[in-house]
Amino acid sequence: MLNTSEIEVESDFEELSEKRPFFQVFFELIRKQPLGAAGGGIVVLMILMAIFAELLTVFDPELNSLEHMLMPPDDTFWLGTDQFGRDLLTRIIYGARTALLVGFTCAIVGATLGLVLGVASAYFGGMFDLIVQRIVDVVMAFPLIILALAVVATLGPGTQNVIIAITIPFVPQCARVVRSNALAIREIPYVDAARALGFSDMRIILRHMVPNVMAPYLIMLTSFLGQAILLEASLSYLGMGVQEPTPAWGLMLQGGAEEFAESAPWVAIWPGIAISLAVFGFNLFGDSVRDTLDPKLRSR
Amino acid sequence: MGVLLEIDGLKTQFFTSAGTVKAVDGVSYTVDEGETVAVVGESGCGKSVTAMSILRLIPWPPGKITEGVIRFAGRDLLQLPEDEMRDVRGKDISMIFQEPMTSLNPVLTIGLQLTETMLTHTSATENEARKRAVELLDMVGIAEPERRLAQYPHHLSGGMRQRVMIAMALACEPKLIIADEPTTALDVTIQAQILELMKNLTRDLGVAMIIITHNLGVVARYSDRVNVMYAGKIIEYGSAADIYYRPHHPYTLALLKSVPRMDQPRQAKLDPVEGQPPDLTMLDGGCAFRPRCRYATDECAKGLPPLENVGSGHFTACFQKDKLVSSLQEAS
Repeated sequence: MLNTSEIEVESDFEELSEKRPFFQVFFELIRKQPLGAAGGGIVVLMILMAIFAELLTVFDPELNSLEHMLMPPDDTFWLGTDQFGRDLLTRIIYGARTALLVGFTCAIVGATLGLVLGVASAYFGGMFDLIVQRIVDVVMAFPLIILALAVVATLGPGTQNVIIAITIPFVPQCARVVRSNALAIREIPYVDAARALGFSDMRIILRHMVPNVMAPYLIMLTSFLGQAILLEASLSYLGMGVQEPTPAWGLMLQGGAEEFAESAPWVAIWPGIAISLAVFGFNLFGDSVRDTLDPKLRSR
Repeated sequence: MGVLLEIDGLKTQFFTSAGTVKAVDGVSYTVDEGETVAVVGESGCGKSVTAMSILRLIPWPPGKITEGVIRFAGRDLLQLPEDEMRDVRGKDISMIFQEPMTSLNPVLTIGLQLTETMLTHTSATENEARKRAVELLDMVGIAEPERRLAQYPHHLSGGMRQRVMIAMALACEPKLIIADEPTTALDVTIQAQILELMKNLTRDLGVAMIIITHNLGVVARYSDRVNVMYAGKIIEYGSAADIYYRPHHPYTLALLKSVPRMDQPRQAKLDPVEGQPPDLTMLDGGCAFRPRCRYATDECAKGLPPLENVGSGHFTACFQKDKLVSSLQEAS
């Protein structure tokens, strides 16, 4: 009797972990998380756009063409051209590269540094924790955009410096959230057990604690993606970010909005839509990641 | 057999805002090679802190070992640099914790957690470690060991997890295992199995063991010698038979009476130890058990009772031991 019931339990486990065909998983995801799937769709679209930019358009994103200045959308230039005669669609497609490069680099580097810092802070506690958390307090006292502006003002504009400027304010944000989770994990006996087995501090932090705070880490990471894209656009719009002629959405918005808002509105509208859509997509995606990973927030 | 572990005058204190807690206050005991020694006492009497002190895992702040010597296989553990101490942990001395449900990392597989110790402390290769892991799981009585290696802790029941913990503790062939209430979180039938397993394994492999428990039934069956602790001090020690049949300290007696026994009528009332353990921040000079002791007299307030020999290898720290012994003899 006992044996049969045990076997049944086992087989249930097998069934749960069984590999199902991809499309089935896919449709179930869409049914359970329609918004998240939509967001994910936008993200995938952006990534494809960035990868296959050369194949998607025949125009050069950086080449000026004075005879095609400020053309409204037509058969050749689907979204029109800007004040230098560059095709807007092309620049938006190539702009996805800049947005994704900045977005992913900042989010991954920022969240990962924050992860390690947060876990280490919780693990060591005491003076180390105190000092790290006070530094975090100081950095977090600044609004994101002000801090990023300050960093760019120090380092100078350019894609690389924009990435650094956006990454720096992300680190303490993630560290704070991860630390609070890691503090709880620090108190669970397996951390003491790991210490009693003679593992080094580094090993305990990276191997035993970090995997247990993956949920908050991934949530922070996905929410950083949208934020980073928006911040990059803001910095570029303010002229402190990516510089001409590199195609970047914020930069295109700035070029269009200031002078041609009435005479050639398409110059500003399309990059604006691209930014909103991208941030919207990443945030939807991030929210559904959060809902999936955080049982407390799961839909009632 | 030689002395493996010698604790001499160990004092571990916690410096809290409410005052200094003398969690372990001058504890001395020895563990011979291959011997099983029990440390008994109620919650908060310093049993676990003593064990954590041996491995130097007392978190500072607020805790600190302020005095004493812990000599293990000829070396004073308290004087070792941290990296050498790390080598002792898990290799020479390993520990089994109270809560098998939370002592295994939920996101790492059993195999990974088992082999990690061996890879850290020995020169074993990944393959050798895996092979040994299978052997170990087999040894602690887990069926289908190969399959278990790929499973996560949540796939296993509490008893199985504790078996895995025992396998982990044995992985590097330690000389001493400290088991901190290894069966408290398990149900009764599993408790007996786990204790039996630990007893057999330590006997077969010649590993010494310190069992920390508050269950005197465990003590009687599985240990050679017993240390009874109260308020950070050892108040009685001797062979398991001495403690069980010839207790000389009122606290030991009270502990014995608080456990249901098979050899007494079912109607017999349990006799709990009245009152609470003392606040370790405000101990006065007298015997710490005095407020809860039915034999206490004014004499007990005057000073700490010293540990005195009351039989071969049986020591007790009580001013009223003669009164206690004679009252016990009258009763029987």
